[in-house]
Amino acid sequence: MAEDIRPDPDALLAAIQRSEAATKRGKFKVFLGMAAGVGKTYAMLRAAQRAQREGIDVVVGYVETHGRKETEALLAGLPIIPRRKVEYRGVTLEEMDLDALLARHPQLAVVDELPHTNVPGSRHAKRFQDVIELLDAGMDVYTTMNVQHAESRVDTVRQITGSTVQETVPDSVLDGAEMELIDLPPEDLLKRLDEGKVYVPERAELAMMNFFREGNLNALREMALRLAADHVGQDVHDYLQAMQITGPWRSGHRLLVAVSASPSSPHMIRWTRRLADNLDCPWLAVYVEQPQPLTEENQERLTKNLALARELGAEVITTADAGVARGILRVARQQNVTQIVVGKPGGDSALDWFRGGRLLRRLVRESGHIELHIVRPEAVEKGERSRRWNLAGESSLWQYAAGLGVVSLCTGVNALLFSKVGPQALALIYLLGVVLLAFAVGRGPTLATATASALMWDYFFLPPRYSFRMTHVEDVMMFCMYFVVALVLGQFASRVRWQERAERRREERSTALYLLTRDLADAADVDDMAQRLVRQVEQAFKAKVAVLLREPSGSLARTAHHASTFAVSEKEQSVAAWAFRFGKAAGRFTDNLPSASAIYMPLQTNRGPAGVLGVALEGDHQPTLEQRDLLDAYARQAALVLDRLRLDAEAQQAHLVEESEKLSKALLNSISHELRTPISAITTAASALVEPTTPEPLRDTLAHEIQESAARLNRLVSNLLDMTRLESGNVKPRLDWCDAADVINVALRHNERELSGHPVALSLNQPLPLAKMDFVLIEQALNNLLLNAAHYTPPGTTVEIKASAAPGEMTISVADHGPGLPPESLPHVFEKFYRVPGAPAGGTGLGLSIVKGLIEAHGGRVEARNRPGGGAEFSIHLPVVGNPEPALDAVV
Amino acid sequence: MSENTPHQPIILIIDDEIQMRRLLRVTLEGNGYRVFEAANGQEGLIEAAQRRPDIVVLDLGLPDMDGQSVLERLREWSEAPVLVLSVRDGEEDKVAALDHGADDYMNKPFSTAELLARLRAARRRAQPVADNVVFHSGHLQVDLSSRLVTVKGKEVKLTPTEYSLLRLLVRSAGKVVTHRQILKEVWGPNYGEQTHYLRVYMAHLREKLEEDPSRPELLLTEPGVGYRLKSEV
Repeated sequence: MAEDIRPDPDALLAAIQRSEAATKRGKFKVFLGMAAGVGKTYAMLRAAQRAQREGIDVVVGYVETHGRKETEALLAGLPIIPRRKVEYRGVTLEEMDLDALLARHPQLAVVDELPHTNVPGSRHAKRFQDVIELLDAGMDVYTTMNVQHAESRVDTVRQITGSTVQETVPDSVLDGAEMELIDLPPEDLLKRLDEGKVYVPERAELAMMNFFREGNLNALREMALRLAADHVGQDVHDYLQAMQITGPWRSGHRLLVAVSASPSSPHMIRWTRRLADNLDCPWLAVYVEQPQPLTEENQERLTKNLALARELGAEVITTADAGVARGILRVARQQNVTQIVVGKPGGDSALDWFRGGRLLRRLVRESGHIELHIVRPEAVEKGERSRRWNLAGESSLWQYAAGLGVVSLCTGVNALLFSKVGPQALALIYLLGVVLLAFAVGRGPTLATATASALMWDYFFLPPRYSFRMTHVEDVMMFCMYFVVALVLGQFASRVRWQERAERRREERSTALYLLTRDLADAADVDDMAQRLVRQVEQAFKAKVAVLLREPSGSLARTAHHASTFAVSEKEQSVAAWAFRFGKAAGRFTDNLPSASAIYMPLQTNRGPAGVLGVALEGDHQPTLEQRDLLDAYARQAALVLDRLRLDAEAQQAHLVEESEKLSKALLNSISHELRTPISAITTAASALVEPTTPEPLRDTLAHEIQESAARLNRLVSNLLDMTRLESGNVKPRLDWCDAADVINVALRHNERELSGHPVALSLNQPLPLAKMDFVLIEQALNNLLLNAAHYTPPGTTVEIKASAAPGEMTISVADHGPGLPPESLPHVFEKFYRVPGAPAGGTGLGLSIVKGLIEAHGGRVEARNRPGGGAEFSIHLPVVGNPEPALDAVV
Repeated sequence: MSENTPHQPIILIIDDEIQMRRLLRVTLEGNGYRVFEAANGQEGLIEAAQRRPDIVVLDLGLPDMDGQSVLERLREWSEAPVLVLSVRDGEEDKVAALDHGADDYMNKPFSTAELLARLRAARRRAQPVADNVVFHSGHLQVDLSSRLVTVKGKEVKLTPTEYSLLRLLVRSAGKVVTHRQILKEVWGPNYGEQTHYLRVYMAHLREKLEEDPSRPELLLTEPGVGYRLKSEV
């Protein structure tokens, strides 16, 4: 390669992530053998003993020794988790205690027999799922497996041994594993078998004897060697790519396998996976939906086939097209596929041959530069047929009845017209009936109606009438032509109808999604969104719905959100928690914890799961592929919205923090200045007092200075405390009947010293009625106003205090003859930390905001204005409600 | 006066701040008091029992127990006047302290002159007062034995309620009397919450006794707590 090849950043990142994940995720080692008896368990336990000697914390989760002495001896010294006893149909069975093992959390867990199927009712259907959970929890795992259990090797094994392996392990599980091949020449294994050293369960003895033939064993040995070699290849591949070494693995291929409901599909899927493995390339599994509806049996098989493809690592795409070839080629072009894998037509009816052949011909003709693989289908087990020519299909009896009706009607009409027009025109009437009918019913009834109407036409209207006989050649021609035209038109119409229906279904799906999106987008908060989600899913699936959200602690809520329509029991919650933890669907109709009563879909966001959506479908029907897809889309959409809501909340929080940071900065600036000034005055004066040289007359002045500064500090602290109290909402006025004149008096007395330089003009609009207020708080508000007046006006100017009462309101105002307020400052003077520009030093900008807070706590309001004659005026308006009952004379 | 202190009055300071105690000791010893200190409530109660002080200065915020409960415990067996000295400036605290038997209440920070005056007033009140003593303050003169009230030598006519209000204040001259105390004493135990009676009658009294009723000099309001009749010390 001439061009400068840099390591693909994505590939590099993936390699790094994989190695990172590996450090977090446990290491996975598989002791691989070709058959039972090669000594996998023995080798695994020896490795475990070695690890324990190296100081690693090893615990045995599950080991089956089959009573072999040497193997049992190796268990000595290894801690063993007691097995869980499970009651199943009256039999007590033993399983690995996954939870105990997770709780014990050793560095290395030893778990025998990876392909084992757990007793129904266990958390996972398969042991390899238990192992994945252990690995995800960060434990290393040693396990054993025979090569025939590898999913992609199942077909080969069947070809070699003639028996189908039921317990399989998906290759994707093995992908990250280190493999140690436990090899034994077949003749040695057979010798061990003869000596009775190999455990063979009695019930399967016969099959096993057939299995343990030298030829079989040789083939299996080769498979095991290759599987182990493939895994070495994966490691080397990662390394080479990370190290920027180019090599033949960069094939650039992309495979596509056409999947159908056919029982031979799994074979093709596995074949493609092996090819993709060899070519080291991605692969797609594509299903092209057909006009003909699938029977329930086929639907189920299709779901299984697609699940298999997904499990083996394929990207699964379903598309709808009347022509399979066209659909496949469309997807292939969209996805830049380089090779297509299809089955070789091999059905047992001539029709299958015809149809398959047509598909292949079209693919060959139209595939262009895309290569084709045609794979011979596996011999399908007896009783299973790929597809039935199903005349009835979904067409029910009424459709045939409708056909009959149309034929009778047309015959009736024709009988009336017969005297006026010739038989050829009457054929058109029948044709019209058939075409119209085809829009309403399935293919079967259309075909039947076309046939019946042709016969009717012949019998009633073609001469000789009332006989099926045709005398003229042209009549025979007419009859045949009519038949063909009716069939073609009928077929055509029914296809149009199907397409319309498919279109409508797609539209319904996108409408449902659109509605959900729009509805969720309007959600104001998480609670609202949960309610909307529940409502939408309930409507779309006619199911009960539960939503569990992530708690701030990061774990899943113990109970369902209150909007949920079914209660999630503790057992079900653990299923949801599993889905939450592993980001995979769990529960009913899934592979994980299928004994649950609902499906649990994790709401995955790119910042981890935000919650779980639980859907309890009615009845026992497996959800269709479409429903699954829609549910997936719903979960994704909900997750997106949850993510957005959380981001919004965070942004808002950030904004608040920013605001409060700005405020506290202003506070700090102001406070530090305000605190330091009197403190430095006190320090300076006190240090001068300490000096013996300070002359006596000066000492008095210094002492006064200290007093002044301390008073100022005290005021500042009081202001801050008041502000804090007001802000925290702790100020609750204790309303009592008060005499406003008395309040003013007390405030004046309080500030006697501060106001000493200002004449005070008191004008009380006597007699002031008693009003309900908190004496202390109103006095404090007045204090602040008086202090401001004293502080911000030149000495000698008068401070005027007025009080008046109007019905419903009492007003107290403090006016000065100072410079007044700049007009632009008027709206801001009551804001926290606001200081009028150019105001003399000293003051925090808190005084007036405290006044405002105090008065508003009374339900009153404050005002600031400039007086026409100069100077500022601040007024307090308090609501006055009711009158006190008249005071009684004391009984003396 | 206690018999074991013939010359110097004994004063007990209960305050957890050492700086405060030091300052008070210097000031009070300079003014002729014998000073004892306690840094917490328990210690304060023990000291009070041992030293039999003539007057107690009590801080409310103590490390081991609340000042209010020290006051209650002390009142179980001692009649010595207690001056509460606290940074708590909420009127609830003042009222509670006064209702629990404190003689007076001062906020920190305070001025020395004020403290000394309050202490003097408290000690004088603690001495048994004969009913026939004539009370003077400014232009006001009250002869409790003959029920004669004069301002600048002129007799002032008071209603019976006004008089009993004035008499209560005269008896506690210089000391804050809480709203509740006044209402209960003058109007009876069921009138403890009728503050507006007090406001109305106090306005009447000021009208009759003060030189400038809008700037009272004798009948002083203690915001949120009660009233005090200024006494000449």
